[in-house]
Amino acid sequence: MNAIFEGIGASVRRKEDLRFISGRGNFVDDINRPGQTHAIIKRSDRPHAKLISIDTAVAKAAPGVIAVFIAADMEKDALGGIPCGWQIHNKDGSPMAEPPHPILASGKVRHVGDPIAVVIAETRQQAKDAAELLDIVFEDLPPVATVRDAVRPGAALVHDGVTGNTCFDWHIGDKDLVDAAFARATKVVKLDLTNNRLVPNAMEPRAAIGEFDPMSDDYTLYTTSQNPHVIRLLMGAFVLHLPEHKLRVVAPDVGGGFGSKIYHYAEEAIVTWSAGKLKRPVKWTCDRTEAFMSDAHGRDHDSTAEMALDAAGNFLALRVRTLCNMGAYLSTFAPAVPTYLYATLLAGVYKTPAVYAEVHAVFTNTVPVDAYRGAGRPEATFLLERLMDVIAHDTGHDRVALRRQNFIPADAFPYQTPVALNYDSGDYQTTLTKALEYAKWDEFPARRAAAAAKGKLRGIGISTYVEACGIAPSKLVGQLGARAGLYEVANVRVHPTGSVTVFTGTHSHGQGHETTFAQLVSDQLGIPISQIDIVHGDTNKIPFGMGTYGSRSLAVGGSAMVKAMDKIITKGKKIAAHLMEASVEDIEFKDGKFSVAGTDKAKTLAEIALTAYVPHNYPIEELEPGLDETAFYDPKNFTYPGGCHVCEVEIDADTGVTTVVGFTAVDDVGRVINPMIVEGQVQGGVAQGIGQALFENAVYDDQAQLVSASFMDYTMPRADSIPNILVGTETTLCTHNPLGVKGCGEVGAIGSPPAVINAVVDALRDFGVRHIDMPASPQKIWSIIQAGRPQMAAE
Amino acid sequence: MYDFKYEKPTDVAAAVASLGADMEAKALAGGQTFIPVLKQRLNKPTVVVDLSKLGLTGITVTPTSVTIGAMTTHGTVAESEEVKKAIPALAHLAGLIGDNAVRHRGTIGGSLANNDPSACYPAALLALGGTVTTDRRTITAGDFFQGMFTTALEQGELITSVSFPVPEKAAYAKFRNPASRYAMVGVFVAKLAGGVRVAITGASQGGVYRHTQFEQALSKNFAPDAIKDITTPSDGLNSDIHASAEYRAHLIGVMTKRAVLAC
Repeated sequence: MNAIFEGIGASVRRKEDLRFISGRGNFVDDINRPGQTHAIIKRSDRPHAKLISIDTAVAKAAPGVIAVFIAADMEKDALGGIPCGWQIHNKDGSPMAEPPHPILASGKVRHVGDPIAVVIAETRQQAKDAAELLDIVFEDLPPVATVRDAVRPGAALVHDGVTGNTCFDWHIGDKDLVDAAFARATKVVKLDLTNNRLVPNAMEPRAAIGEFDPMSDDYTLYTTSQNPHVIRLLMGAFVLHLPEHKLRVVAPDVGGGFGSKIYHYAEEAIVTWSAGKLKRPVKWTCDRTEAFMSDAHGRDHDSTAEMALDAAGNFLALRVRTLCNMGAYLSTFAPAVPTYLYATLLAGVYKTPAVYAEVHAVFTNTVPVDAYRGAGRPEATFLLERLMDVIAHDTGHDRVALRRQNFIPADAFPYQTPVALNYDSGDYQTTLTKALEYAKWDEFPARRAAAAAKGKLRGIGISTYVEACGIAPSKLVGQLGARAGLYEVANVRVHPTGSVTVFTGTHSHGQGHETTFAQLVSDQLGIPISQIDIVHGDTNKIPFGMGTYGSRSLAVGGSAMVKAMDKIITKGKKIAAHLMEASVEDIEFKDGKFSVAGTDKAKTLAEIALTAYVPHNYPIEELEPGLDETAFYDPKNFTYPGGCHVCEVEIDADTGVTTVVGFTAVDDVGRVINPMIVEGQVQGGVAQGIGQALFENAVYDDQAQLVSASFMDYTMPRADSIPNILVGTETTLCTHNPLGVKGCGEVGAIGSPPAVINAVVDALRDFGVRHIDMPASPQKIWSIIQAGRPQMAAE
Repeated sequence: MYDFKYEKPTDVAAAVASLGADMEAKALAGGQTFIPVLKQRLNKPTVVVDLSKLGLTGITVTPTSVTIGAMTTHGTVAESEEVKKAIPALAHLAGLIGDNAVRHRGTIGGSLANNDPSACYPAALLALGGTVTTDRRTITAGDFFQGMFTTALEQGELITSVSFPVPEKAAYAKFRNPASRYAMVGVFVAKLAGGVRVAITGASQGGVYRHTQFEQALSKNFAPDAIKDITTPSDGLNSDIHASAEYRAHLIGVMTKRAVLAC
């Protein structure tokens, strides 16, 4: 028994924080390799232009310059383009348009920030100086700035061969069933809404170092990645044509990802390939402005939603049409986001019997868009939960009662939705009830009146949501177009004296895996977490892995660890049976000890481990020495966290400023390993959700210039924008993984934005407001109040 | 940033000589605007003259004035008990600039010499009717500001100190740009012996300016309601993704009322 409880359910302090908060982390930019050179990427300042010529002669002759490479140099080496990892099919069964995505722009530039050339010099300063000497002649083309521009008849084409700028026109659900339901509906409620485009803005900008050893022909890439094995696979197999045993990818400490560090980026291929050409390490570190125009952005949907209802307020059918932005090129998982991570969630927590969604994805002259914390599920949740309040507004139903009436009941699980997913567990009534209780929903009228007395407009809003994470069953995603499996891998190595190293294919970039996973191992093997190390982020150390995104690390990676530990325990029992001269069936393993049932005979895990590595008295004919096991775990289903978020706001009517004065999140994330870390994950997610709802907005002007390309214009949520967030958890266990866990990384960002906007709309209920798109900026709120005032006066 | 020569003189005359000798020389005060500009390669000076060793820090308070050395940081002004007592609005304003890190590097002289149209200090100087003392003369606030990023300073002329008369009452009300937290509209209201002065920063294309209609109304009746029927025209006001000119015009009225109320 451990002296201090460190197992499942303990709020153990994060092991990794000592180095992070004392500035001793080891991030990519902290790494410097002998003989290192520095790369600067020359990027397009034009949104859409033909590349007429690139003269590199002057830059090449500049002081300290070692090389300047452009697309033509890569074409000589027959390098591949940046691959897309997911293929969607159109309504007619034909595959999506998948135009070339060259590493460096070839023939045309397609967005501001599109990489054109790389300048490599002895110092970063010299590379910057030389990059200014590149002579590039452009011929500007008309830009396509927004999804609406992209589908306008006669719009310029981002890719010459892609008609109408359409990447795909896809659908899901039973259209006929939905049409029939609309035909018999007593009421149809329709809502047009946009989901604003976001820039991820991880605290650590991306960075990459390529290295080549001419003695062994080994390449190493140090990169800010959420999934080093995926990068090795994509870059090795599709871009640089390097066999995997000759390519090592290291993702050391990484300072936040939120999805933006999943993807294989051009700069990774550039530094790795250049290192081979130059036989010297090549380092690139992104600056913040560069990050704004080269990290994959998130969201950016324009949608129309329609709900058919009967006279009693029961949902009969939902119809959704979404226009979504892929940006200029297909980022690694972009096509999956507005399809299988979005439209499959449109049943939400409701028993709507029929759902039909059409998703039209288009190319524009903007930075590529891909998964960003929540990835598709925030877009689905915003659409549904805004629609709920609009239905309540239009029909006079109470917004809470309307939701309760249409919830999937707790006894209906497993529940097959009309849009492919099969929810395994959940209890939406309970999470709603708890959230309303914690948020003191019933006492809100008094708070509203008190605010009114101070001249403030107070509103309250809810959002009840479900999401699908823990991605994902490989066979299923393969059928849906994924070009990879989404299992996870764990190697559990019990050392001869009983300490343990776990090698995981997931990657921690803020999540606290070094602690949570150690707790999991401590719980299962009965040893203190001081005896356990978690290793991630190096393809030369870890057998394989698919990385961290989609709240999958514990549900999939943790399950792989459990499977590997099961193997350790099974083998340990055989060794223990031999040592204690008992039958294997009589050996029990508990609290770190193998004992013979019904006796006081016992051996510790450390004793068994020593025997396994020093097999003098050992069943050597039946059992290999050693205590080191690997497991691959392929999940049987997605996991389905759900819950209810309640937001309370106050609006200053004179200025339009919205202040979030209260936020309650009650989430069902399955079994909780570390409550403190879960609370932190939910709080962080909610902060990002409040950011999307009130502050953040990636704005392109009509010439496709990114206007909000720095923190001077892109509003990040700050500590003083976020209230104290009350986090509660209500648990129904996941039924198909060994831990019963669901995932907590994204729930905050998924559930919160509509709760915030519903609260803002509620605050403005006397101004004739039905819907407000995000972000609800002071200027927008002020305009609504100005427009609403005459109406109030007339009433 | 581009390469440049770096000098750190120890007396004002030497600094003025260096700056006067070379049109491309630049003075470095706290660097909270200038260093980001250099890092983004938006400026290519030949020489950067660091003013930190010129002995231009310190605060002197008399019954009628507050005089602040040009290299005194916003943090020092914000935390000064003497300033808080003499002109609390000035300490309050200094405490609203940037964040802690910025406030402990950025200086009053640097802010005024740059005359960023969204900076806070110009509003205080203009509303209080203060003066700027340089290595060669004294300039009144009204003469000092000459449009955004433009001042009466000559090439090589250095601010040594800034002096503010102690008003009867004063207050600063700032509406922050949601992203940058510079003033989207900042209003400094001062009630002086000679009447009320109202200076607006952040709003106008021309930089800081005096709102004479508000001044007249408030001089007659120093109360928020005195300006309730005065509409600020949006002509000449800034318009961007955060605020239209009309919204800024509206905010000028709101923030002025709040400043008067806070007096």
